[in-house]
Order: sequence, then structure tokens, then C-alpha cells
Amino acid sequence: MIKVIKPGFYSMIQDQGRLGHRSFGVPVSGAMDSYSSQFANKLVGNDKAAAVLEMTMTGADLLFLEPTTIAITGADMSPKLNSEAIAMFKSIIVHKGDTLAFGRLETGFRAYMAVKGGFLTDMVLGSRSMLKGITDDFRIQKDDCLDTMKSSKLILPKNAKLKFDASYLDEDTLRVMKGPEFNKLSKDQRDLLLNTTFEVSKYNNRMAYQLQPLIQNDLKSILTSPVLPGTVQLTPSGQLIVLMRDCQTTGGYPRVLQLTEKSINILSQKTTGNHLKIRLKY
Amino acid sequence: MIEIKYVKQSVYVISSYSSILIIYSKDIDYVNDVFLDLEELYSSQKNTKQTESKIFRIPVCYEDEFAMDLDSYSEEIDRSKEDIITMHFNTIYTVFFIGFLPGFLYLGGLVPELHLDRKTTPNLNIKKGSVGIGGKQTGIYPQDSPGGWHIIGNSPIELFNPKHNPPCFIKAGDSVKFHPISKLEHQKMKSEINNPKFDFKTLLLND
Repeated sequence: MIKVIKPGFYSMIQDQGRLGHRSFGVPVSGAMDSYSSQFANKLVGNDKAAAVLEMTMTGADLLFLEPTTIAITGADMSPKLNSEAIAMFKSIIVHKGDTLAFGRLETGFRAYMAVKGGFLTDMVLGSRSMLKGITDDFRIQKDDCLDTMKSSKLILPKNAKLKFDASYLDEDTLRVMKGPEFNKLSKDQRDLLLNTTFEVSKYNNRMAYQLQPLIQNDLKSILTSPVLPGTVQLTPSGQLIVLMRDCQTTGGYPRVLQLTEKSINILSQKTTGNHLKIRLKY
Repeated sequence: MIEIKYVKQSVYVISSYSSILIIYSKDIDYVNDVFLDLEELYSSQKNTKQTESKIFRIPVCYEDEFAMDLDSYSEEIDRSKEDIITMHFNTIYTVFFIGFLPGFLYLGGLVPELHLDRKTTPNLNIKKGSVGIGGKQTGIYPQDSPGGWHIIGNSPIELFNPKHNPPCFIKAGDSVKFHPISKLEHQKMKSEINNPKFDFKTLLLND
């Protein structure tokens, strides 16, 4: 059990998402940066799909009510255990009564904390991922007590020396595949799309990231069709919208591009004002 | 059918009006091979069984309190409110698919007389259960949400409940017929539906 002293800016429990309910209109959700969350799980010996804590921009203050093993990955938010700086990308033993806090955001935008056995918060439709309209809570709050597995023995798992490839945190190129409506763009519009340096607008969250500047176009809306996390929509007003993990399941805007899974992770670590390039994967 | 064939690869299939999305959990090396497989699977289904589709009778209260856009909508399409309501509930609509929001049914079959483009400025808070018209479609908002449809009524029915499995008692391929109710009946049904013992089978229309 872990008690939330301060929740941070926007922190929640996420696993690999709610698969198989899209046909009822249920978003997939799941950790925004799947690589970081899977890696954190591996460091504490969990299944990669176990539920982790996702922290956005600022970290949470946590009190451990039981001994366990944790690992922190993703954005560097200067983690401190009992006020002492601790290493990221490494499994760390914590004792009953220890406190974890975070400081300055140094790199990236979303940090992940895995705990041995995973968080055991409410499971709804096969997933613990918090989402408004699906789970009772959509973020963690002050004084919440988050269920975790009781671990009797504190042995560091053997794979504690996995190497985390943090280079993607600084990566500014999104690799994309052509979307179903890509070929409806004119040659000039395609060139513009693939040669512009974009900036993340202030409209960025778990549902979608909007990019600036606008790409003028004359594409018609499409008959409502399926969309996925990583689908890039182009609106009639020229707004590029990159759908993220909590995106709706269908949409009517032309789908010009599709991000690779790795590029969704790269974008998850960006925030307002960051610059990005878009390049075709093939 | 596709999900059964590829059960070991955990494949998910989502369809909409005219497209189908197949999600594979593994990367695909040669996408053309997959297309061939799918084509073969499609042509091998000589006598496809019609999946059993049901018709649900969904109660809607069209009274002023819930029909916040009915006046302006009636003016814009130049039809009386009574005509609009009758045309709206006298049609059997087909559920093409569910999308946009959890439990949001895309219904086909709205009579052309009722077509009207969405509002230019969306409403920021449309109440759960609101029944609206947007373009050539009609639908029910399964939760509070922003939206640009013209709201002409409200249904007390809970279309989506994440604590149920499946979370939605209506599926793509089923049909829906609206059924006008009074404000009092709306109130009464709302409390009945909140009872966990409520049986959605009572909404089935016997034809």
C-alpha cells in the first residue's frame, strides 16, 4: 500500500490499456510512453503489462506503508527517497515509512514508477488504466491509498542491470507511415507536411496533441472511420491533430499519417513549445 | 470471423460505415500476404450466417425541458414540432457501429426531411441521455459531453455501463426504435434503470 501525500500535476495509474472494447467505443488508454512503463516493470521483475504510476510534468509525493521494490523511468523529475537523490532506470528497495518525492523536471514530460507486483487498483473492462467515464477515479488524489502487492522478500530481481535507451527522450523526429487519406493531399501539401518544423501547441493531453503551424488544405471530411492512437488527422482549418492513447475510436477528419509506436512514445515526452519534424518511415 | 481465425495472434476488429480496422498485436512483415489471407477468408464464407440482430425500443421524452433545440430546429427545417417528433420515432434505425464516445450509437435511417447540419458552435455541456440530430444522423449522448447536434429529447436509458460485460447491451447490427414517453415516465424509468436488477430484455421489441 502506498499513500499519496501530494498527487502532482496529473498523475494516474496506467497499464497497457483496455483492449477488445473498442467496438463499444471505449478508448484503449494505457501508459502514454509504453516503452518507459514496460521498462520500469521489467526492472522490478513484473510482467511488462503491470499497472504503473504515470506522472505528468510534476511528480507525486508518496509514503510507502509497506516495504517493496520500485523503479522510476521516463522523464527525469529529480526523484528523491527520504530527501536523498536516487537513480532512475534502476530497481530500488524502499522500506516501510520511506517517502518518495520529485523535484525539477529535467528531461521529458512523463515519468513512470513501477512497484513490485504492480499497482492493484480497480480493474474495469480488463484494465486498471484510469479514464473519466470508465473508472471511478481518473487521477490519483491526496490521501488515496494505492493497493500494491505485499512482497515478503526484498530481493532485487536478476534483470536489474537492463540498459535503458534514454536517447528517445531527446529525439525530435516522428517516424510516420502514410495514412489512408495521405494520397488525397496534393504534392505541395505532402511536401509541406514532411518538411515543416512543427511546434507542440498548448492543446496537448492524453487524448491528442495539436501541432502548429496550420497546413492549408482542401480535403473533404470523410465518412466516420476508425482511428488509432498515433493517427494524425488534418482538419479543414488546417490543424494537425495527433491522436494519443485516450483518443476516441472513430473520427471524421482525414487521416493523413500514422505514427509508429516508438514515435507515440517520443511525442508523449514532449510538451507545449517543443519542436518536431515528421519523416516517412519508408 | 477474423478474430476467430487469428485468435492466437490476438487480433481486434473494428468496423464503421465503409471501412474496417484490424489491429494485430505483432508487426506485419508482408502486408500483401495479410491482404491475400483476408481475401481468401472473405471468399471462403459462401453462406455467411446473419448474426442475430435485435430491435430495441428506446424511450425518449420529447418534452420542452429536455428538447432545448427543438424550437430553433423546427424553425430551421420548417416543420412543426409534432411532425418532427412523429417522424423521429416512426423510423427503425440500424446501429452501424459504436464510436466517438463509449456507447455512442451511429444510427442510420433518419428521414431526409429531418437532415440538418450540425450547429456552427457546439454546446459545451450536452446532458447524458440527450437525443440529437446532426447532419444525416440521429443519436443519443451516452454521457455528458460537448457536442454540436440539435437536441430534441432525452432518453432515461443507460447505454453504457463500464461495470457490465459487455458494457453496452446494444451492438452493431441491432436496430433501434424510439418510443415517446412523458416527463413522469422518464423520471420513473430513470430510477428503475439505476436498479442493478433492471433487465434490458424488457426493451426488446417483439415483431
